[in-house]
Amino acid sequence: MDMKTRTAVIDNVTVLIEEEKNLLELVRKANIELPTFCYHSEISVYGACRMCMVDIEGRGILPACSTKPEDGMVVSTNTSQIREMRKMIIELMLASHDQSCTTCPKSGDCRLQNIAKQLGVEKIRFKQVNTHHELDLSSDAILRDPNKCILCGDCVRVCSEIQSVGALDFAYRGAQAKVVTSFNKGIGEVECVNCGQCIKVCPVGALMPKYQINDVWKSVHDKSKTVVVQIAPAVRVALGEYFGYKPGTTTTGQIISALRRMGFDKVYDTCFGADLTVLEEGREFLDRYSKNENLPLFTSCCPAWVKYAEQYYPDLLSHLSTCRSPQQMFGAICKDQLVNDLGISREDLVVVSIMPCTAKKFEARRDEFKVDGNPDVDHVITTKELSIMIKESGIDLNKIELGSFDMPFGFTTGAGVIFGSSGGVSEAVLRFAGHTLQKGLTGEFRQFRGNDRVKVSEIEIGDKKLRLAVVSGLANAKKLIDKIRKGEEHYDLVEVMACCGGCINGGGQPVSNEINAVSDRSKGLYDNDKMLQFHVSSDNPYIKQLYNETLDHDKAHKLLHTAYENRRRILQDDIIINKVPEDKKLSITICFGTSCFLRGAQTLYTQVMEYLTERDLLDKTEFTASFCGKQCKKGPVLSVNGKSIEHCTLEMAVAEIEKIL
Amino acid sequence: MRNDFPVKFDRVCEVLDKHKCDPNKLIAILQEVQEEYKYLPEDIMTYIATALGISPGSVFGVATFYSHFTLEPKGKYVIKVCDGTACHVRKSEEILKVLEKELGLSGRKKTSDDMIFTLETVACLGACGLAPVVVVNDEVHGSMTKEKTIELLNRIREQEKQENNK
Ligand code: SF4
Ligand code: SF4
Ligand code: FES
Repeated sequence: MDMKTRTAVIDNVTVLIEEEKNLLELVRKANIELPTFCYHSEISVYGACRMCMVDIEGRGILPACSTKPEDGMVVSTNTSQIREMRKMIIELMLASHDQSCTTCPKSGDCRLQNIAKQLGVEKIRFKQVNTHHELDLSSDAILRDPNKCILCGDCVRVCSEIQSVGALDFAYRGAQAKVVTSFNKGIGEVECVNCGQCIKVCPVGALMPKYQINDVWKSVHDKSKTVVVQIAPAVRVALGEYFGYKPGTTTTGQIISALRRMGFDKVYDTCFGADLTVLEEGREFLDRYSKNENLPLFTSCCPAWVKYAEQYYPDLLSHLSTCRSPQQMFGAICKDQLVNDLGISREDLVVVSIMPCTAKKFEARRDEFKVDGNPDVDHVITTKELSIMIKESGIDLNKIELGSFDMPFGFTTGAGVIFGSSGGVSEAVLRFAGHTLQKGLTGEFRQFRGNDRVKVSEIEIGDKKLRLAVVSGLANAKKLIDKIRKGEEHYDLVEVMACCGGCINGGGQPVSNEINAVSDRSKGLYDNDKMLQFHVSSDNPYIKQLYNETLDHDKAHKLLHTAYENRRRILQDDIIINKVPEDKKLSITICFGTSCFLRGAQTLYTQVMEYLTERDLLDKTEFTASFCGKQCKKGPVLSVNGKSIEHCTLEMAVAEIEKIL
Repeated sequence: MRNDFPVKFDRVCEVLDKHKCDPNKLIAILQEVQEEYKYLPEDIMTYIATALGISPGSVFGVATFYSHFTLEPKGKYVIKVCDGTACHVRKSEEILKVLEKELGLSGRKKTSDDMIFTLETVACLGACGLAPVVVVNDEVHGSMTKEKTIELLNRIREQEKQENNK
């Protein structure tokens, strides 16, 4: 091909233009670190922070992130005018920022702080303008500090574009502009699914994981407690990044020793829980497949996805695997077994988990996972929090001797380890299913490795043909599910992870500057798999023992499975449409939740209202609309004096009303 | 007294149907709904979000962006005192003080508990020739003084009393 090569000159160096989407990428390819606040390659370009300004000969000063690279461009990134502009922007930001750097949890990896330092900002020439906002402590997973927000909008775009949730948005305008949740409620009271992807893009400390470090220290130092800890697979290939290792470097041995030194009594592996999940979910899948019931089966290990499904797909909840996640299976088994073995109370056994994920904090507090109010998992800390605890302890991770897991819950197969990567759950379940259906089959099922956010494959095992989809990022999941609903696609199993690439890219993981960090971590996990003795979960000897000795069918069901509920998106009162002072004969409630709405609740409402008006009953009827009556599959739902009518029609409602009168 | 809640909510349904639940018509929908309720109640915004298939946060964002929309219920009489430059130099502040004192309202508390009065200041009503200006609902009162303001207030109160006696 005689395609002319295209080049640009950037700070006196000629650079080849290839696939770069914008000038910013080209500048970075030329090894110049342009500061940015509002640019992320995975979300849309916003072009608001103006940090990435460059001088293009003949065109003037333009933002690099929203300028296309063109052949022959001559670009300067560091003229005195640009330097002055950048400094000014930082000073303006700092003037309305609360600057409590010394006590800010983001200090050290805050982009505002770093860029200010990099640009040599020495003083702020503008008057400090601060209005104090309360911290948002409403969520178990996410901490919002609006005082730190610089309005870059990154979180808003991630939440709506990548996760299709839209929990955060801009509100008000001018000097009052803010990033808020709907109606200024707490982030724990709205549709946020706790994925923490907003935390990962927030350049400052406005969005942080809700730390539980102090709770963990308190338990560890309490002599009356036995404290055990589980480590999720994704943590071991990422923690090292806080201590100078490359993404994907395995530091399992170091982490184990560090935890022992800190004072944990036993160090176990969440992958043991994952092996259990594979067996339970694998059996559930084969069972549903043979009965052709509730397919596709959706995986349920990701608590952000589970909450998303509960909010937006109540009609599909019967398709969700009833299996608890590895974290929760681990917690339930641990509390059940160890409490017996050690002869202590549940309260005196503290289970801590170290997760790459903020949503796991939310999951651990769900009522389904408590026994008499005591949670199966007491505290959840993220990879980031673990790094802080290690530093607080003064442990030098680079020098510490390597340790190994405690038995029995520290024994794991490779199938449990790859759970941390998108596609890993499917691969692990397939290994098990293959093994079960066709003795001696030990295929690896590598179809689901790699970086794609949507991976589809057809697989033959024996005489069975299975169609699987692996998807990460909830917006991608939404697209896929909408197709399934319309009947355009059919799958037998769908694996969903809320974070793009899987848990290795979770909201509690390090924020890396390396482009390949996520795939390197994934590779790290598959390398771990190779090094382990077994690769199919059912080969785990301790799991076999568990099923032989303690886990009969009923007990397995009680400890390892769960149920889901339809969830309102926002905590909010019902709409009282018609209120009557006293003497009310009728009280009617109609559900206006998403699902009922789609099933025609509004038409039903109008018809019933017309009827009541005709019969002259309005004065005696209290009419309320609720946002979710939690019976979405049976919508539209209307209740008359407490009696709820499913799949309600006007005739049915009228019959009930007349009966009462 | 028949309350008008159902009528209003029926209007919301009508408005949504009219715009075919098109998220691009959000502003028009909010505008028409506000006409009905005189403000945008939270629960109704959530309902609109459900109907349009967008997040309640985006509805809230739009509703707070335009100063035309209001998220708090307003009184039966909305009194606006202009504090534009022309009115300001002609002592609009005195008039505001009188109203605040008479009505027991302030910059924080804008609406009386009985939902009869709402007191607001506005930047400029474009009626500078009549400065200082007070607007009650859509009625403009120009060249106001402290005394005239109290008179105006008394007239409204009298009118209210008569309506209630009916
Ligand atoms: S945690 Fe996830 S769902 Fe919640 S606001 Fe952040 S990005 Fe949105
Ligand atoms: S919270 Fe963080 S990511 Fe969101 S707009 Fe503010 S500074 Fe940007
Ligand atoms: S990164 Fe280009 S304007 Fe923010």
